[in-house]
Amino acid sequence: MTTTAKKRLPAVEGWFTTESGDVRLLGTRCSSCGTPYFPRNELACRNPHCTGPKDGSELAEHALSARGRIWSYADSRYKPPAPYVSPDPFVPYTVAAVELDAEKMVVLGQVAPGHTVDDLEVGMEVELTEGVLYEDDEAEYTVWMWRPVQ
Amino acid sequence: MSRDIAVLGAGMHPWGKWGRNFVEYGLAAARAALADAGLTWPDVQYVAGADTIRNGYPGFVSGATFAQALGWNGARVSSCYAACASGAQAISTARAQILAGLCDVALVVGADAAPKGFFKPVGGDRPDDPDWLRFRLLGATNPIYFALYARRRMAIHGATLDDFAAVKVKNARHGLANPNARYRKEVTLEDVRESAVVADPLRLLDICATSDGGAALVLTSMDFARKHGIADPVRLSGLSTVTPTFPKTVVDLPDFATDSALAVPEPERPFRASLAHAAYEEAGIGPDELSLAEVYDLSTALELDWYEDIGLCEVGGAEELLRSGATALGGRVPVNPSGGLASFGEAIPAQAIAQVCELTWQLRGQAEGRQVEGARAGIAVNQGLFGHGSAMIAVR
Repeated sequence: MTTTAKKRLPAVEGWFTTESGDVRLLGTRCSSCGTPYFPRNELACRNPHCTGPKDGSELAEHALSARGRIWSYADSRYKPPAPYVSPDPFVPYTVAAVELDAEKMVVLGQVAPGHTVDDLEVGMEVELTEGVLYEDDEAEYTVWMWRPVQ
Repeated sequence: MSRDIAVLGAGMHPWGKWGRNFVEYGLAAARAALADAGLTWPDVQYVAGADTIRNGYPGFVSGATFAQALGWNGARVSSCYAACASGAQAISTARAQILAGLCDVALVVGADAAPKGFFKPVGGDRPDDPDWLRFRLLGATNPIYFALYARRRMAIHGATLDDFAAVKVKNARHGLANPNARYRKEVTLEDVRESAVVADPLRLLDICATSDGGAALVLTSMDFARKHGIADPVRLSGLSTVTPTFPKTVVDLPDFATDSALAVPEPERPFRASLAHAAYEEAGIGPDELSLAEVYDLSTALELDWYEDIGLCEVGGAEELLRSGATALGGRVPVNPSGGLASFGEAIPAQAIAQVCELTWQLRGQAEGRQVEGARAGIAVNQGLFGHGSAMIAVR
């Protein structure tokens, strides 16, 4: 273990942003029919009724709502297989499915450490934060996480 | 024009953790199905294999693998993969060949040798594969998704942990007399309550295991069955493998998010219900006419979802239906008389085929120790996940 602060790197490139201190999920949105996508869909709008060009040119980057309500939640009490990178010993984690009002969609995310299933309820308002998913000697790797609105 | 085909033969290799090659299970099931049909391997004109992706290349070309194991006979062949619906897809392929008049006798085979523990994505670093990414970025194992559905059911419909446990108790009892079931042991509510939480709210005994096993069917045209002297065979009268309709608003493996319902409203029927609906339409019967159902109880809670999806009750009515005893043997419409995945564990490409084996034995009155009295019609449904799924209706 080093004592100096490690670099923080996103565990995945381009799926979320922490610019200006706000954590936002980065998806895309169809400029023709308005359908938002997460993770980003750059290939073609998947709404079969959309009359856009469907060559990807209709899809522009779109930051999703940073707040939503819990659709459901669960936890993992056993170490999942790779490619999940687990600390040793394994630390249980919680996953929430969150309904975004404006986008009319449900997005999954881990729940920020320190919150267990006992702290959550279906319908509860949550917001995005950034949390450490795993680390190695060089860096901490982060993802978007949900937490109860504070 | 009738779209019926005949199910002349059904055969299985018992489910378990046998530690042998999957081909052996498929071969045993195929021979049992042929013997059951009173046919021999050279009579088979078409072989449809349901693939396994965890047993190397022979698993990817399972139709040919089984055909070779039986001894090359020049039959036409197909191999297909559709996640947990692979078996149904293989049946669908064989059915299409028969209905198109391209063959009279088809053999469908699926078998698996499953690894221990959580299913994991196939090997290698694949950061553009959603199945790899859901493990990497979320730790979203299959039980996590099942637990999300279960918790949602508790919050919206008032399901209790004891309701989930009661599904396990029922299915374990059903499976007691099934010679092909892996677990043949009575389970109590207490056993389920005391089993370890895997993914809250689901416990170990709420979640189906992964198993080795093999299942096979001999399918023929109705004409062939008659000429073969079987005037009243079990008939497969409906088979649906429809995809979801946009927007798919229930998060499914391996999704990070649902489709958005912003531009297009939610479809009238969610995915699982649409699978059953299409099969009912094809068979020309409704849920009221069912004698029994085999549903895909990947978790105990999912069995309750299926009651509603296949129309046994209104949405939100599954707990009441379960508590009334209607879905237990002796009830109005027994669900999973075979013992279901709770008693079998999942042998992925064999499972949907095994469901039809059970329907066949039930409709013939041969399901010893678990027979649904006077069974005339049954449905078998499967959530293939990843956008695949199936519903099949057999009648007699």
